[in-house]
Amino acid sequence: MSSTGSRHATSAAPAGDVVVAVRDVHYVAGGRPIFAGLDLEVRRGRITAIMGPSGTGKTTLLRLVTRQIAPARGQVTVFGEDLSGLGRSEVYALRRRMGMLFQNGALLTDMDVFENVAFPVREHTDLPEPLVRLLVLTKLQAVGLRGAAQLMPGELSGGMARRVALARAIVMDPEILLYDEPFVGLDPISLGFILRLIKHMNQALGITSVVVSHDVQELATIADDSYLISEGRVAAAGTPAELKASDSAAVRQFMTGGADGPVPFHYPAPDYATQLLEADER
Amino acid sequence: MTRLRPDTYVLGGLRRLGSVSIFLVQLLIQCVPALARPGLLVAQVYNAGARSLIIIMLSGLFVGMVLGLQGYDLLRRFGSEEALGIAAALGLLRELAPVITALLFAGRAGTALTSEIGLMRATDQLTAMEIMAVDPLRYVAAPRFLGGLIAMPLLTAIFSVIGLYGAQLVGVQMMGVDRGVFWSQTQGAVDLHDVNEGLVKSLAFGLACSLIAVHEGYHAEPTAEGVALATTRTVVASSVMTLLLDYVLTAVFL
Repeated sequence: MSSTGSRHATSAAPAGDVVVAVRDVHYVAGGRPIFAGLDLEVRRGRITAIMGPSGTGKTTLLRLVTRQIAPARGQVTVFGEDLSGLGRSEVYALRRRMGMLFQNGALLTDMDVFENVAFPVREHTDLPEPLVRLLVLTKLQAVGLRGAAQLMPGELSGGMARRVALARAIVMDPEILLYDEPFVGLDPISLGFILRLIKHMNQALGITSVVVSHDVQELATIADDSYLISEGRVAAAGTPAELKASDSAAVRQFMTGGADGPVPFHYPAPDYATQLLEADER
Repeated sequence: MTRLRPDTYVLGGLRRLGSVSIFLVQLLIQCVPALARPGLLVAQVYNAGARSLIIIMLSGLFVGMVLGLQGYDLLRRFGSEEALGIAAALGLLRELAPVITALLFAGRAGTALTSEIGLMRATDQLTAMEIMAVDPLRYVAAPRFLGGLIAMPLLTAIFSVIGLYGAQLVGVQMMGVDRGVFWSQTQGAVDLHDVNEGLVKSLAFGLACSLIAVHEGYHAEPTAEGVALATTRTVVASSVMTLLLDYVLTAVFL
Protein backbone atom coordinates (compact mmCIF):
# COMPACT_ATOMS: atom_id res chain seq x y z
CA MET A 1 0.00 0.00 0.00
CA SER A 2 1.25 3.44 -0.78
CA SER A 3 2.03 6.06 1.76
CA THR A 4 -1.14 7.86 0.71
CA GLY A 5 -3.11 4.72 1.17
CA SER A 6 -1.72 4.02 4.57
CA ARG A 7 -4.46 6.16 6.05
CA HIS A 8 -8.09 6.49 5.07
CA ALA A 9 -9.48 9.50 3.31
CA THR A 10 -12.25 9.31 5.84
CA SER A 11 -10.24 8.75 8.96
CA ALA A 12 -11.24 12.09 10.43
CA ALA A 13 -14.95 11.62 9.77
CA PRO A 14 -17.25 11.25 12.76
CA ALA A 15 -18.98 7.81 12.76
CA GLY A 16 -22.42 9.38 12.19
CA ASP A 17 -21.21 10.95 8.97
CA VAL A 18 -20.34 7.65 7.37
CA VAL A 19 -23.08 6.60 4.95
CA VAL A 20 -21.38 3.53 3.48
CA ALA A 21 -18.74 1.51 5.28
CA VAL A 22 -16.97 -1.47 3.74
CA ARG A 23 -14.92 -3.44 6.25
CA ASP A 24 -12.46 -6.21 5.40
CA VAL A 25 -14.62 -7.42 2.50
CA HIS A 26 -13.60 -10.55 0.63
CA TYR A 27 -15.43 -11.55 -2.53
CA VAL A 28 -14.72 -14.28 -5.06
CA ALA A 29 -16.36 -14.55 -8.50
CA GLY A 30 -15.84 -17.53 -10.78
CA GLY A 31 -12.97 -18.76 -8.64
CA ARG A 32 -11.13 -15.43 -9.01
CA PRO A 33 -10.70 -13.28 -5.90
CA ILE A 34 -12.13 -9.82 -6.62
CA PHE A 35 -11.72 -8.32 -3.15
CA ALA A 36 -9.27 -9.47 -0.50
CA GLY A 37 -9.76 -7.28 2.54
CA LEU A 38 -11.32 -4.16 1.04
CA ASP A 39 -11.85 -1.26 3.47
CA LEU A 40 -13.42 2.05 2.56
CA GLU A 41 -15.91 4.63 3.74
CA VAL A 42 -18.24 7.09 2.05
CA ARG A 43 -19.07 10.20 4.00
CA ARG A 44 -22.36 12.06 3.95
CA GLY A 45 -22.64 14.99 1.57
CA ARG A 46 -19.38 14.27 -0.22
CA ILE A 47 -18.49 13.02 -3.67
CA THR A 48 -16.41 9.88 -3.37
CA ALA A 49 -14.57 8.58 -6.41
CA ILE A 50 -13.79 4.90 -6.72
CA MET A 51 -11.07 4.44 -9.30
CA GLY A 52 -9.06 1.55 -10.56
CA PRO A 53 -8.05 -0.30 -13.70
CA SER A 54 -10.66 -2.35 -15.59
CA GLY A 55 -11.55 -5.60 -13.88
CA THR A 56 -10.67 -4.47 -10.37
CA GLY A 57 -14.25 -4.88 -9.15
CA LYS A 58 -15.50 -1.29 -9.15
CA THR A 59 -18.95 -2.29 -10.38
CA THR A 60 -18.87 -5.31 -8.04
CA LEU A 61 -18.43 -2.84 -5.18
CA LEU A 62 -21.66 -1.07 -6.19
CA ARG A 63 -23.41 -4.43 -6.32
CA LEU A 64 -22.21 -5.14 -2.78
CA VAL A 65 -23.39 -1.74 -1.55
CA THR A 66 -26.85 -2.24 -3.09
CA ARG A 67 -26.99 -5.80 -1.69
CA GLN A 68 -27.33 -7.45 -5.08
CA ILE A 69 -24.56 -9.75 -3.91
CA ALA A 70 -23.16 -10.57 -0.49
CA PRO A 71 -19.49 -10.71 0.47
CA ALA A 72 -17.88 -14.04 1.35
CA ARG A 73 -16.38 -12.35 4.40
CA GLY A 74 -16.43 -8.91 5.93
CA GLN A 75 -19.12 -6.34 6.50
CA VAL A 76 -20.92 -3.75 4.39
CA THR A 77 -23.01 -1.16 6.23
CA VAL A 78 -25.23 1.42 4.56
CA PHE A 79 -26.91 4.17 6.61
CA GLY A 80 -25.53 2.38 9.66
CA GLU A 81 -27.26 -0.92 8.89
CA ASP A 82 -25.29 -4.10 8.35
CA LEU A 83 -26.57 -5.44 5.01
CA SER A 84 -25.90 -9.09 5.88
CA GLY A 85 -28.59 -9.05 8.57
CA LEU A 86 -31.32 -7.52 6.44
CA GLY A 87 -34.34 -9.31 4.95
CA ARG A 88 -35.71 -8.62 1.50
CA SER A 89 -38.21 -5.97 2.59
CA GLU A 90 -35.56 -4.20 4.69
CA VAL A 91 -33.17 -4.20 1.73
CA TYR A 92 -35.92 -2.72 -0.45
CA ALA A 93 -36.61 -0.05 2.20
CA LEU A 94 -32.92 0.83 2.17
CA ARG A 95 -32.80 0.94 -1.63
CA ARG A 96 -35.60 3.49 -1.67
CA ARG A 97 -33.11 5.89 -0.12
CA MET A 98 -30.60 5.21 -2.92
CA GLY A 99 -30.40 5.98 -6.60
CA MET A 100 -28.16 4.28 -9.11
CA LEU A 101 -27.07 5.24 -12.58
CA PHE A 102 -26.26 2.16 -14.64
CA GLN A 103 -23.49 2.11 -17.19
CA ASN A 104 -25.93 1.34 -20.02
CA GLY A 105 -28.84 3.33 -18.58
CA ALA A 106 -31.00 0.20 -18.08
CA LEU A 107 -34.14 2.04 -19.20
CA LEU A 108 -37.33 0.00 -19.40
CA THR A 109 -37.73 -0.54 -23.13
CA ASP A 110 -41.51 -0.86 -23.19
CA MET A 111 -42.04 2.66 -21.81
CA ASP A 112 -41.27 6.09 -23.20
CA VAL A 113 -38.84 8.48 -21.54
CA PHE A 114 -41.55 10.17 -19.46
CA GLU A 115 -42.89 6.88 -18.12
CA ASN A 116 -39.38 5.64 -17.36
CA VAL A 117 -38.72 8.63 -15.13
CA ALA A 118 -42.21 8.41 -13.63
CA PHE A 119 -41.82 4.68 -12.92
CA PRO A 120 -40.40 4.85 -9.36
CA VAL A 121 -42.83 7.64 -8.46
CA ARG A 122 -45.83 5.64 -9.62
CA GLU A 123 -44.57 2.50 -7.87
CA HIS A 124 -43.82 4.06 -4.51
CA THR A 125 -46.25 6.95 -4.14
CA ASP A 126 -49.90 7.76 -4.72
CA LEU A 127 -49.21 11.22 -6.01
CA PRO A 128 -51.90 12.69 -8.29
CA GLU A 129 -51.10 12.68 -12.00
CA PRO A 130 -50.51 16.47 -12.30
CA LEU A 131 -47.91 16.27 -9.54
CA VAL A 132 -46.21 13.24 -11.14
CA ARG A 133 -46.08 15.17 -14.40
CA LEU A 134 -44.58 18.19 -12.69
CA LEU A 135 -41.97 16.09 -10.92
CA VAL A 136 -40.97 14.20 -14.05
CA LEU A 137 -40.77 17.30 -16.24
CA THR A 138 -38.63 19.04 -13.59
CA LYS A 139 -36.15 16.18 -13.57
CA LEU A 140 -36.13 15.89 -17.35
CA GLN A 141 -35.49 19.62 -17.57
CA ALA A 142 -32.57 19.19 -15.16
CA VAL A 143 -30.93 16.72 -17.55
CA GLY A 144 -31.89 18.74 -20.63
CA LEU A 145 -34.28 16.20 -22.09
CA ARG A 146 -37.73 17.63 -21.42
CA GLY A 147 -38.26 17.73 -25.17
CA ALA A 148 -37.53 14.01 -25.46
CA ALA A 149 -40.25 12.98 -23.01
CA GLN A 150 -42.28 11.12 -25.63
CA LEU A 151 -39.38 9.26 -27.24
CA MET A 152 -38.87 5.54 -26.69
CA PRO A 153 -35.53 4.31 -25.26
CA GLY A 154 -34.65 2.77 -28.64
CA GLU A 155 -34.74 6.23 -30.20
CA LEU A 156 -32.15 7.68 -27.80
CA SER A 157 -28.39 7.84 -28.19
CA GLY A 158 -26.24 6.22 -25.49
CA GLY A 159 -25.53 9.57 -23.83
CA MET A 160 -29.19 10.60 -23.90
CA ALA A 161 -30.23 7.25 -22.39
CA ARG A 162 -27.72 7.80 -19.58
CA ARG A 163 -29.18 11.27 -18.91
CA VAL A 164 -32.72 9.87 -18.80
CA ALA A 165 -31.48 7.18 -16.41
CA LEU A 166 -29.98 9.94 -14.27
CA ALA A 167 -33.32 11.76 -14.19
CA ARG A 168 -34.94 8.50 -13.11
CA ALA A 169 -32.28 7.95 -10.44
CA ILE A 170 -32.89 11.38 -8.87
CA VAL A 171 -36.67 11.55 -9.25
CA MET A 172 -37.24 10.17 -5.74
CA ASP A 173 -34.64 12.53 -4.24
CA PRO A 174 -32.32 9.81 -2.91
CA GLU A 175 -29.88 10.41 -0.08
CA ILE A 176 -27.08 8.67 -1.92
CA LEU A 177 -26.46 8.35 -5.65
CA LEU A 178 -24.28 5.62 -7.11
CA TYR A 179 -22.83 6.25 -10.56
CA ASP A 180 -21.44 3.33 -12.53
CA GLU A 181 -19.03 4.69 -15.16
CA PRO A 182 -21.12 7.82 -15.86
CA PHE A 183 -18.63 9.36 -18.33
CA VAL A 184 -18.19 6.48 -20.78
CA GLY A 185 -19.15 7.35 -24.35
CA LEU A 186 -20.33 10.90 -23.62
CA ASP A 187 -19.64 13.78 -25.98
CA PRO A 188 -17.72 16.72 -24.42
CA ILE A 189 -20.88 18.79 -23.91
CA SER A 190 -22.77 15.96 -22.17
CA LEU A 191 -19.67 15.09 -20.17
CA GLY A 192 -19.28 18.63 -18.86
CA PHE A 193 -23.00 18.77 -18.19
CA ILE A 194 -23.02 15.49 -16.20
CA LEU A 195 -19.98 16.62 -14.20
CA ARG A 196 -21.70 19.90 -13.31
CA LEU A 197 -24.93 18.05 -12.49
CA ILE A 198 -23.18 15.65 -10.10
CA LYS A 199 -21.50 18.59 -8.40
CA HIS A 200 -24.72 20.63 -8.32
CA MET A 201 -26.80 17.82 -6.81
CA ASN A 202 -24.11 17.33 -4.21
CA GLN A 203 -23.81 21.01 -3.30
CA ALA A 204 -27.42 22.15 -3.68
CA LEU A 205 -29.26 19.05 -2.46
CA GLY A 206 -26.58 17.52 -0.25
CA ILE A 207 -26.79 14.18 -2.08
CA THR A 208 -23.93 11.86 -1.21
CA SER A 209 -22.38 10.57 -4.41
CA VAL A 210 -20.25 7.55 -5.17
CA VAL A 211 -18.75 7.71 -8.65
CA VAL A 212 -17.16 4.57 -10.02
CA SER A 213 -14.98 5.38 -12.98
CA HIS A 214 -11.52 5.20 -14.43
CA ASP A 215 -11.70 8.68 -15.92
CA VAL A 216 -9.11 10.21 -13.60
CA GLN A 217 -9.13 13.73 -15.03
CA GLU A 218 -12.92 14.10 -14.86
CA LEU A 219 -13.13 12.68 -11.36
CA ALA A 220 -10.37 14.95 -10.11
CA THR A 221 -12.49 18.00 -10.87
CA ILE A 222 -15.45 16.98 -8.72
CA ALA A 223 -14.38 14.38 -6.13
CA ASP A 224 -13.90 15.23 -2.48
CA ASP A 225 -12.47 11.82 -1.59
CA SER A 226 -10.88 9.22 -3.83
CA TYR A 227 -10.05 5.57 -3.51
CA LEU A 228 -7.81 3.71 -5.89
CA ILE A 229 -8.58 -0.01 -5.90
CA SER A 230 -6.03 -2.49 -7.11
CA GLU A 231 -5.58 -6.22 -6.56
CA GLY A 232 -8.66 -6.53 -4.36
CA ARG A 233 -7.91 -3.80 -1.85
CA VAL A 234 -7.51 -0.05 -1.52
CA ALA A 235 -4.13 0.87 -2.99
CA ALA A 236 -4.44 4.53 -2.16
CA ALA A 237 -6.94 6.93 -0.63
CA GLY A 238 -7.14 10.68 -0.25
CA THR A 239 -8.20 13.76 -2.14
CA PRO A 240 -7.51 13.68 -5.90
CA ALA A 241 -4.67 16.17 -5.33
CA GLU A 242 -3.13 13.88 -2.72
CA LEU A 243 -3.37 10.93 -5.05
CA LYS A 244 -1.73 12.92 -7.85
CA ALA A 245 1.10 13.90 -5.52
CA SER A 246 1.55 10.31 -4.31
CA ASP A 247 5.08 8.92 -4.43
CA SER A 248 3.74 5.39 -4.99
CA ALA A 249 4.73 4.10 -8.45
CA ALA A 250 1.43 2.22 -8.85
CA VAL A 251 -0.66 5.29 -8.00
CA ARG A 252 1.42 7.52 -10.26
CA GLN A 253 1.12 5.02 -13.09
CA PHE A 254 -2.67 4.97 -12.83
CA MET A 255 -3.09 8.72 -12.38
CA THR A 256 -0.86 9.52 -15.37
CA GLY A 257 -2.00 6.60 -17.53
CA GLY A 258 1.45 5.08 -17.97
CA ALA A 259 1.69 1.70 -19.67
CA ASP A 260 4.90 0.81 -17.84
CA GLY A 261 4.82 0.34 -14.10
CA PRO A 262 3.85 -2.03 -11.32
CA VAL A 263 0.25 -2.34 -12.59
CA PRO A 264 0.45 -4.77 -15.52
CA PHE A 265 -1.31 -3.76 -18.74
CA HIS A 266 -1.14 -7.27 -20.19
CA TYR A 267 -3.17 -10.19 -18.91
CA PRO A 268 -0.75 -12.92 -17.71
CA ALA A 269 0.53 -14.81 -20.78
CA PRO A 270 3.56 -16.90 -21.89
CA ASP A 271 6.50 -15.15 -23.52
CA TYR A 272 5.35 -13.30 -26.68
CA ALA A 273 8.23 -14.34 -28.97
CA THR A 274 8.11 -17.97 -27.84
CA GLN A 275 4.39 -18.16 -28.50
CA LEU A 276 4.73 -16.60 -31.95
CA LEU A 277 7.50 -19.04 -32.87
CA GLU A 278 5.40 -21.95 -31.62
CA ALA A 279 2.59 -20.83 -33.90
CA ASP A 280 5.02 -20.71 -36.85
CA GLU A 281 6.24 -24.24 -36.16
CA ARG A 282 2.69 -25.55 -36.25
CA MET B 1 -14.09 -34.60 -23.97
CA THR B 2 -16.00 -34.99 -20.71
CA ARG B 3 -18.70 -37.62 -20.65
CA LEU B 4 -22.00 -36.77 -19.06
CA ARG B 5 -22.45 -39.11 -16.11
CA PRO B 6 -26.00 -40.38 -15.48
CA ASP B 7 -25.97 -39.23 -11.84
CA THR B 8 -24.94 -35.72 -12.91
CA TYR B 9 -27.79 -35.72 -15.40
CA VAL B 10 -30.29 -36.88 -12.77
CA LEU B 11 -29.01 -34.40 -10.20
CA GLY B 12 -29.18 -31.61 -12.77
CA GLY B 13 -32.77 -32.55 -13.56
CA LEU B 14 -33.72 -32.63 -9.89
CA ARG B 15 -32.04 -29.29 -9.29
CA ARG B 16 -33.98 -27.82 -12.17
CA LEU B 17 -37.26 -29.26 -10.89
CA GLY B 18 -36.53 -27.82 -7.45
CA SER B 19 -35.70 -24.44 -8.94
CA VAL B 20 -38.95 -24.37 -10.96
CA SER B 21 -40.98 -25.44 -7.89
CA ILE B 22 -39.50 -22.71 -5.70
CA PHE B 23 -40.06 -20.21 -8.49
CA LEU B 24 -43.71 -21.31 -8.75
CA VAL B 25 -44.25 -20.72 -5.03
CA GLN B 26 -42.62 -17.27 -5.27
CA LEU B 27 -44.74 -16.47 -8.31
CA LEU B 28 -47.97 -17.57 -6.64
CA ILE B 29 -47.18 -15.34 -3.65
CA GLN B 30 -46.63 -12.40 -6.00
CA CYS B 31 -49.78 -13.20 -8.00
CA VAL B 32 -51.98 -11.79 -5.22
CA PRO B 33 -50.58 -8.22 -5.45
CA ALA B 34 -50.31 -8.61 -9.24
CA LEU B 35 -54.07 -9.20 -9.40
CA ALA B 36 -54.53 -5.77 -7.88
CA ARG B 37 -52.88 -4.24 -10.97
CA PRO B 38 -55.50 -4.99 -13.64
CA GLY B 39 -53.78 -2.76 -16.17
CA LEU B 40 -50.62 -4.88 -16.19
CA LEU B 41 -52.65 -8.09 -16.26
CA VAL B 42 -54.87 -7.03 -19.15
CA ALA B 43 -51.79 -6.01 -21.14
CA GLN B 44 -50.28 -9.46 -20.65
CA VAL B 45 -53.53 -11.29 -21.51
CA TYR B 46 -53.52 -9.21 -24.68
CA ASN B 47 -49.89 -10.07 -25.43
CA ALA B 48 -50.23 -13.79 -24.78
CA GLY B 49 -53.83 -14.21 -25.93
CA ALA B 50 -54.99 -11.66 -28.47
CA ARG B 51 -51.70 -11.69 -30.32
CA SER B 52 -51.94 -15.48 -30.67
CA LEU B 53 -55.48 -15.36 -32.07
CA ILE B 54 -54.62 -15.52 -35.76
CA ILE B 55 -52.39 -18.58 -35.48
CA ILE B 56 -54.88 -20.31 -33.14
CA MET B 57 -57.86 -19.61 -35.39
CA LEU B 58 -56.07 -20.66 -38.57
CA SER B 59 -54.75 -23.83 -36.96
CA GLY B 60 -58.15 -24.59 -35.46
CA LEU B 61 -59.79 -24.25 -38.85
CA PHE B 62 -57.32 -26.56 -40.60
CA VAL B 63 -57.25 -29.14 -37.82
CA GLY B 64 -61.07 -29.18 -37.86
CA MET B 65 -61.12 -29.59 -41.64
CA VAL B 66 -58.62 -32.46 -41.52
CA LEU B 67 -60.66 -34.03 -38.74
CA GLY B 68 -63.74 -33.69 -40.97
CA LEU B 69 -62.00 -35.41 -43.88
CA GLN B 70 -60.39 -38.22 -41.91
CA GLY B 71 -63.44 -38.71 -39.71
CA TYR B 72 -65.77 -38.89 -42.66
CA ASP B 73 -63.53 -41.38 -44.47
CA LEU B 74 -63.29 -43.62 -41.39
CA LEU B 75 -66.95 -43.43 -40.36
CA ARG B 76 -68.18 -44.03 -43.92
CA ARG B 77 -66.58 -47.50 -43.81
CA PHE B 78 -68.98 -48.37 -40.99
CA GLY B 79 -71.89 -46.48 -42.48
CA SER B 80 -71.88 -43.99 -39.58
CA GLU B 81 -71.12 -40.69 -41.30
CA GLU B 82 -73.76 -39.01 -39.14
CA ALA B 83 -71.50 -39.52 -36.13
CA LEU B 84 -68.95 -37.11 -37.64
CA GLY B 85 -70.16 -34.27 -35.42
CA ILE B 86 -69.67 -36.33 -32.26
CA ALA B 87 -66.22 -37.51 -33.32
CA ALA B 88 -65.06 -34.01 -34.20
CA ALA B 89 -66.54 -32.38 -31.12
CA LEU B 90 -65.18 -34.92 -28.65
CA GLY B 91 -61.80 -35.10 -30.35
CA LEU B 92 -61.46 -31.35 -30.32
CA LEU B 93 -62.86 -30.59 -26.89
CA ARG B 94 -61.10 -33.33 -24.99
CA GLU B 95 -57.83 -33.69 -26.82
CA LEU B 96 -56.86 -31.76 -29.91
CA ALA B 97 -57.84 -28.23 -28.90
CA PRO B 98 -56.04 -28.15 -25.52
CA VAL B 99 -52.92 -29.97 -26.78
CA ILE B 100 -52.45 -28.13 -30.08
CA THR B 101 -53.28 -24.77 -28.51
CA ALA B 102 -50.66 -25.43 -25.83
CA LEU B 103 -48.03 -26.42 -28.40
CA LEU B 104 -48.78 -23.33 -30.49
CA PHE B 105 -48.82 -21.18 -27.36
CA ALA B 106 -45.38 -22.49 -26.40
CA GLY B 107 -44.05 -21.63 -29.85
CA ARG B 108 -45.60 -18.18 -30.12
CA ALA B 109 -46.35 -16.64 -26.72
CA GLY B 110 -43.92 -18.79 -24.68
CA THR B 111 -40.88 -17.89 -26.74
CA ALA B 112 -41.92 -14.22 -26.76
CA LEU B 113 -42.21 -14.26 -22.95
CA THR B 114 -38.84 -15.95 -22.46
CA SER B 115 -36.93 -13.74 -24.85
CA GLU B 116 -38.57 -10.57 -23.53
CA ILE B 117 -37.74 -11.33 -19.88
CA GLY B 118 -34.32 -12.71 -20.81
CA LEU B 119 -33.45 -9.53 -22.68
CA MET B 120 -34.69 -7.45 -19.76
CA ARG B 121 -32.24 -9.41 -17.62
CA ALA B 122 -29.42 -9.01 -20.13
CA THR B 123 -29.93 -5.24 -20.38
CA ASP B 124 -30.05 -4.75 -16.59
CA GLN B 125 -33.72 -3.73 -16.63
CA LEU B 126 -34.61 -6.28 -13.95
CA THR B 127 -31.62 -5.21 -11.85
CA ALA B 128 -32.64 -1.56 -12.25
CA MET B 129 -36.10 -2.45 -10.93
CA GLU B 130 -34.56 -4.21 -7.95
CA ILE B 131 -32.41 -1.15 -7.21
CA MET B 132 -35.55 1.01 -7.44
CA ALA B 133 -37.05 -1.31 -4.80
CA VAL B 134 -39.58 -2.71 -7.27
CA ASP B 135 -39.75 -6.50 -7.18
CA PRO B 136 -39.44 -7.74 -10.79
CA LEU B 137 -41.17 -10.96 -9.77
CA ARG B 138 -44.23 -8.90 -8.94
CA TYR B 139 -43.98 -6.35 -11.73
CA VAL B 140 -42.67 -8.48 -14.61
CA ALA B 141 -43.00 -12.21 -13.91
CA ALA B 142 -46.33 -12.54 -12.08
CA PRO B 143 -48.48 -10.56 -14.58
CA ARG B 144 -46.96 -12.49 -17.49
CA PHE B 145 -47.54 -15.81 -15.76
CA LEU B 146 -51.16 -14.93 -14.95
CA GLY B 147 -51.68 -13.54 -18.46
CA GLY B 148 -50.63 -16.88 -19.97
CA LEU B 149 -52.73 -18.81 -17.47
CA ILE B 150 -55.84 -16.80 -18.33
CA ALA B 151 -55.22 -16.72 -22.09
CA MET B 152 -54.76 -20.47 -22.55
CA PRO B 153 -58.36 -21.64 -21.77
CA LEU B 154 -59.74 -18.76 -23.85
CA LEU B 155 -57.56 -19.69 -26.81
CA THR B 156 -58.49 -23.36 -26.37
CA ALA B 157 -62.19 -22.50 -26.44
CA ILE B 158 -61.73 -20.47 -29.61
CA PHE B 159 -59.71 -23.30 -31.17
CA SER B 160 -62.54 -25.78 -30.36
CA VAL B 161 -65.25 -23.60 -31.85
CA ILE B 162 -63.35 -22.80 -35.03
CA GLY B 163 -62.23 -26.44 -35.34
CA LEU B 164 -65.81 -27.66 -35.07
CA TYR B 165 -66.87 -25.24 -37.77
CA GLY B 166 -63.96 -26.51 -39.89
CA ALA B 167 -65.15 -30.10 -39.48
CA GLN B 168 -68.70 -29.02 -40.29
CA LEU B 169 -67.46 -27.17 -43.39
CA VAL B 170 -65.88 -30.33 -44.77
CA GLY B 171 -68.42 -32.87 -43.48
CA VAL B 172 -71.60 -30.97 -44.28
CA GLN B 173 -70.70 -28.62 -47.13
CA MET B 174 -68.30 -30.88 -49.03
CA MET B 175 -69.13 -34.46 -48.09
CA GLY B 176 -72.86 -34.13 -47.78
CA VAL B 177 -73.48 -35.09 -44.15
CA ASP B 178 -76.83 -33.75 -43.03
CA ARG B 179 -76.43 -30.43 -41.20
CA GLY B 180 -79.20 -31.12 -38.69
CA VAL B 181 -77.84 -34.56 -37.84
CA PHE B 182 -74.31 -33.18 -37.49
CA TRP B 183 -75.30 -30.55 -34.93
CA SER B 184 -78.00 -32.51 -33.08
CA GLN B 185 -75.72 -35.51 -32.57
CA THR B 186 -72.98 -33.17 -31.39
CA GLN B 187 -75.35 -31.48 -28.95
CA GLY B 188 -76.63 -34.80 -27.65
CA ALA B 189 -73.27 -36.49 -27.16
CA VAL B 190 -71.18 -33.72 -25.66
CA ASP B 191 -71.80 -33.19 -21.96
CA LEU B 192 -70.27 -31.00 -19.28
CA HIS B 193 -67.72 -33.68 -18.38
CA ASP B 194 -66.13 -33.35 -21.83
CA VAL B 195 -66.03 -29.57 -21.61
CA ASN B 196 -64.52 -29.82 -18.13
CA GLU B 197 -61.83 -32.19 -19.37
CA GLY B 198 -60.76 -29.69 -22.00
CA LEU B 199 -60.94 -26.82 -19.51
CA VAL B 200 -58.86 -28.59 -16.86
CA LYS B 201 -56.30 -29.63 -19.46
CA SER B 202 -56.01 -26.13 -20.87
CA LEU B 203 -55.57 -24.68 -17.37
CA ALA B 204 -52.88 -27.27 -16.56
CA PHE B 205 -51.11 -26.63 -19.87
CA GLY B 206 -51.45 -22.86 -19.34
CA LEU B 207 -49.85 -23.15 -15.93
CA ALA B 208 -47.02 -25.37 -17.19
CA CYS B 209 -46.25 -23.40 -20.35
CA SER B 210 -46.42 -19.97 -18.70
CA LEU B 211 -44.36 -21.14 -15.73
CA ILE B 212 -41.66 -22.63 -17.94
CA ALA B 213 -41.54 -19.58 -20.22
CA VAL B 214 -41.31 -17.07 -17.37
CA HIS B 215 -38.84 -19.21 -15.39
CA GLU B 216 -36.52 -19.71 -18.35
CA GLY B 217 -36.55 -15.99 -19.19
CA TYR B 218 -36.04 -14.93 -15.60
CA HIS B 219 -33.07 -17.25 -15.15
CA ALA B 220 -31.55 -16.87 -18.60
CA GLU B 221 -27.84 -16.16 -18.85
CA PRO B 222 -27.57 -12.43 -19.60
CA THR B 223 -26.01 -12.96 -23.03
CA ALA B 224 -27.36 -13.33 -26.57
CA GLU B 225 -26.51 -17.04 -26.49
CA GLY B 226 -28.08 -17.44 -23.05
CA VAL B 227 -31.37 -15.90 -24.17
CA ALA B 228 -31.41 -18.03 -27.33
CA LEU B 229 -30.78 -21.16 -25.28
CA ALA B 230 -33.50 -20.25 -22.80
CA THR B 231 -35.98 -19.70 -25.65
CA THR B 232 -35.18 -23.10 -27.12
CA ARG B 233 -35.55 -24.74 -23.71
CA THR B 234 -38.96 -23.10 -23.33
CA VAL B 235 -40.29 -24.71 -26.51
CA VAL B 236 -38.80 -28.13 -25.77
CA ALA B 237 -39.78 -28.27 -22.09
CA SER B 238 -43.26 -26.84 -22.68
CA SER B 239 -44.00 -29.30 -25.49
CA VAL B 240 -42.79 -32.33 -23.55
CA MET B 241 -44.60 -31.21 -20.40
CA THR B 242 -47.82 -30.63 -22.36
CA LEU B 243 -47.78 -34.14 -23.82
CA LEU B 244 -46.85 -35.70 -20.46
CA LEU B 245 -49.59 -33.84 -18.62
CA ASP B 246 -52.02 -34.73 -21.40
CA TYR B 247 -51.44 -38.44 -20.82
CA VAL B 248 -51.80 -38.09 -17.04
CA LEU B 249 -54.97 -35.99 -17.24
CA THR B 250 -56.53 -38.23 -19.91
CA ALA B 251 -55.92 -41.22 -17.65
CA VAL B 252 -57.51 -39.36 -14.74
CA PHE B 253 -60.60 -38.32 -16.70
CA LEU B 254 -61.29 -41.67 -18.35
